[in-house]
Amino acid sequence: MSEVSIDRLYSDEPEFSDYFSLLKPRVMSLVVFTAIAGVVAAPGSIHPFVALVSIIFIALGGGASGALNMWYDADIDSIMSRTKSRPIPAGKISASEAKSFGIVLSAISVVMLGLASNWLAAFLLAFTIFFYVIVYTIWLKRTTPQNIVIGGAAGAFPPIIGWAVVTGNVGFESVLMFALIFIWTPPHFWSLALFMKNDYDSAEVPMLTVTNGRRSTRNHIFAYSCLLAVVALAIGFSSLSGPFYFLIAILFNVQLVFSAFKLWSRSEPECIADNSLLERKFFKFSLLYLFVHFAAIMIDSQINMTWLGSLI
Amino acid sequence: MSFGREHDLHKRRKGRNLGLGLVLISFVAIMFGLTVVKVTEGNFAAALAGASRNE
Repeated sequence: MSEVSIDRLYSDEPEFSDYFSLLKPRVMSLVVFTAIAGVVAAPGSIHPFVALVSIIFIALGGGASGALNMWYDADIDSIMSRTKSRPIPAGKISASEAKSFGIVLSAISVVMLGLASNWLAAFLLAFTIFFYVIVYTIWLKRTTPQNIVIGGAAGAFPPIIGWAVVTGNVGFESVLMFALIFIWTPPHFWSLALFMKNDYDSAEVPMLTVTNGRRSTRNHIFAYSCLLAVVALAIGFSSLSGPFYFLIAILFNVQLVFSAFKLWSRSEPECIADNSLLERKFFKFSLLYLFVHFAAIMIDSQINMTWLGSLI
Repeated sequence: MSFGREHDLHKRRKGRNLGLGLVLISFVAIMFGLTVVKVTEGNFAAALAGASRNE
């Protein structure tokens, strides 16, 4: 066998980074950050090493569900330009290998989280993986334009898991953090769908842009942004909040509703003319929006001074 | 099958092996650290002293 043919034979052999990218590191960073917020904001304390290990295995569970998502979605990932360089469509890793990888890592992450912290947190992580893989990826994603709305719940669980790691239960405040991510997810991904429109069309994924049209998507983004602003400001009156969160929430939610209004009021020719500039800006802003809200929750939990408490 | 010189394939496999090695070492460190925290409330010195007593 000549070296040229060996080159061809092994040119697709995976590197370590290919296995890492199966874990969707960018999604994992959101999981890690919001889970840390749940741990930091929760009342009570745990050993820092237990907190660190818990966060690692929550991240691993999130990554495992990402690998299982890539296994099931390999066919549509190979069509969409945004995803066709992922390890499976690129031919680096086989779909069945990704499935085994995801299942094994899911089991390890759940068992290890249970051993490190408690079994409620482990159960919540297992449920999150189940929800993301079975409910969202296999069931909803290809059947309903509301896929993002319901499936977004999977991404909203990490702060509840983080909270459960510390307290051993699911508190009302952790449900508020869940609600913040849950309502944030649809407008975030719909704005992505507005400027990646050809991707979802050609993959026949029933995103709102495909099934209901772009005008309807803009309406939905504006409605959900208003709802998100209400939820975010309502958190300002809970025990999660303090003056810092309240200030951040006012500034960023005014900006959010204003940006969503601009998206809603603009026409398609305007969108084409500037190559979806506002849609791209809204997508980036929504990432910053979520980051600063959870950062503010963490900072205020450390200041340990509630807004209502200071008034009473 | 052998290669006369270091092939790109060797580099990729070396990277994978190193990565897997680091993951396994990290896992061992996590298990050890967790055991110490659970058994001795995080007192590493006590854990090591206990280990030497058992010997």
